[in-house]
Amino acid sequence: MRKAFCDAMVARGQDERFVFLTGDLGFMALEPLKAAIGERFINAGVAEQNMVSVAAAMCLTGLDTWVYSIAPFCTARPFEQIRNDVALHGLPVRIVGNGGGYGYGVMGPTHHAIEDYGSLLTLTGLQACIPAFDEDVGEAVRQLADLPAPVYLRLGRGEGPAGYVAPPFQPWRQLLDGQGPVMVVAGPLVGPLLAPLMALPEARRPRVWVVGMLPIEQHLPPPALLAQLASAGALLTVEEHVARGSMASELVLHLAARGLVPPRFQALHARAARYEHYGSQHWLREQSGLDPRAVLAALQSLEPSPSESP
Amino acid sequence: MTPVTPALVERARQRLLRMHFDSGVGHIGGNLSCLDALLVVFHECLGERDRFILSKGHAAGALYVTLWTLGRLDDAALATFHKDATLLPGHPPCGGHADIPFATGSLGHGLSLAAGTALGEHLQRRDTRVICLTSDGEWQEGSTWEALIFACHHRLEQLTILVDHNRLQGFGSTEEVASMSPLWTRLQGFDVDLQVVDGHDAEALRQALAQPPAGRPRLVVMNTIKGHGVPFMENRMEWHYLPLTPELFASLPTTGDAA
Repeated sequence: MRKAFCDAMVARGQDERFVFLTGDLGFMALEPLKAAIGERFINAGVAEQNMVSVAAAMCLTGLDTWVYSIAPFCTARPFEQIRNDVALHGLPVRIVGNGGGYGYGVMGPTHHAIEDYGSLLTLTGLQACIPAFDEDVGEAVRQLADLPAPVYLRLGRGEGPAGYVAPPFQPWRQLLDGQGPVMVVAGPLVGPLLAPLMALPEARRPRVWVVGMLPIEQHLPPPALLAQLASAGALLTVEEHVARGSMASELVLHLAARGLVPPRFQALHARAARYEHYGSQHWLREQSGLDPRAVLAALQSLEPSPSESP
Repeated sequence: MTPVTPALVERARQRLLRMHFDSGVGHIGGNLSCLDALLVVFHECLGERDRFILSKGHAAGALYVTLWTLGRLDDAALATFHKDATLLPGHPPCGGHADIPFATGSLGHGLSLAAGTALGEHLQRRDTRVICLTSDGEWQEGSTWEALIFACHHRLEQLTILVDHNRLQGFGSTEEVASMSPLWTRLQGFDVDLQVVDGHDAEALRQALAQPPAGRPRLVVMNTIKGHGVPFMENRMEWHYLPLTPELFASLPTTGDAA
């Protein structure tokens, strides 16, 4: 998504109020942005705590301020700066983390971001944006333009099936229909799941939704999703994030408060936090049970027992 | 702009002591060590667009009282200090007062906020001066050094950094806890316009702050005394925390006009 992100930033950079700070990252990706906006492209160096506080203050002076790094470096490291200097003041700073989830794979666990949106969404007013496909990024950036709130933008790798055209980015999108369970996926993890799910017979095919904005309380599940939940009686959530602070926990809390939790429910989430071996994002997803085979097995486990079948 | 006189300093000191006594709270020593500087900054340096950031947020009382001397806070507001439903908590709040741009209190944030303000204003071609007051213990925070590197690299000449060098911190002297003594020699290695002054000498502060921009950040190490002006508090670590007892408060000289 980095190229799409760079293009979106170049477009936004035409506004003189736009400033972009990077924590010394973006080699072979952000050079066009640097060339386009000159002094408003600031390499803040390997100093993420300072970068975030600087960004908060620049925002307060009236600038449209974006901060970029590898996801854990601009979320976990400067958490207090995000909390105190950005969120407490309600400043619309945009914090962009590249390589969300296991995006940096075999680079090792320090580079993984599987607690990022959960921890940040504990902060007052902060919202998270998780594009699923490369072509989402431009529209997501446009939709963030006037949001008067701090935002965490989690970038990953778009992996839709060849030739697949996703509907335009929205906080909630239905990507597949069927008669199986409702399935809610956060972000680009949905990409590699689409082809095997499309191949299922309609009776077993899940109704697949992808969520692109959190928290749930500000981006409510659409009525169509709730209606499907009532008829399907089964919900599967899938996300590249640990269970604590997950999209699933937010969604189920929201549904429980309204008596809408379906009788059959399963949450798939990132589990490879106690590392013994390392590997690619693909391999780490398999270790966490987030790969297509594990998802298909989970869907099967959610099918009604013969006595419940119509 | 009105010059800071010894009478004004004394009036502010009395009001600060009374406010802390009325609210039964401490942090008095570190407020008194920087009170002279705050008065000079607010009465003699800051223009309408200029900004001040109190990185040593535990000196909020000195900031509130300084604003009181300017008529920007009144006695009714000071009477709420540290109490329920106040806009004046023990560390500067966010959104509570136009002269307080940021909530501070966790050390190591203010200098970055000041640098960001200075650079943001500069990019918008506004001639805004930014003054930031740090404690000396705060230079143990890594983020403060990140901010100094950034400010120097960007040659933020509109930024002035004050260091309240009272040599006492929360649980010991700065030398005992994590010595960087003498602090100014550490700072000398950076591309700053470094000055070392007596932080209780209004004329010395005035001169240091009035120098024309030097193409780089100005850094003023102010040698100060914790608890300055109250003999039984001076240079005593416990006055980082202790509140005044009625007996000690009664023993203080009063000027009569510190409401």
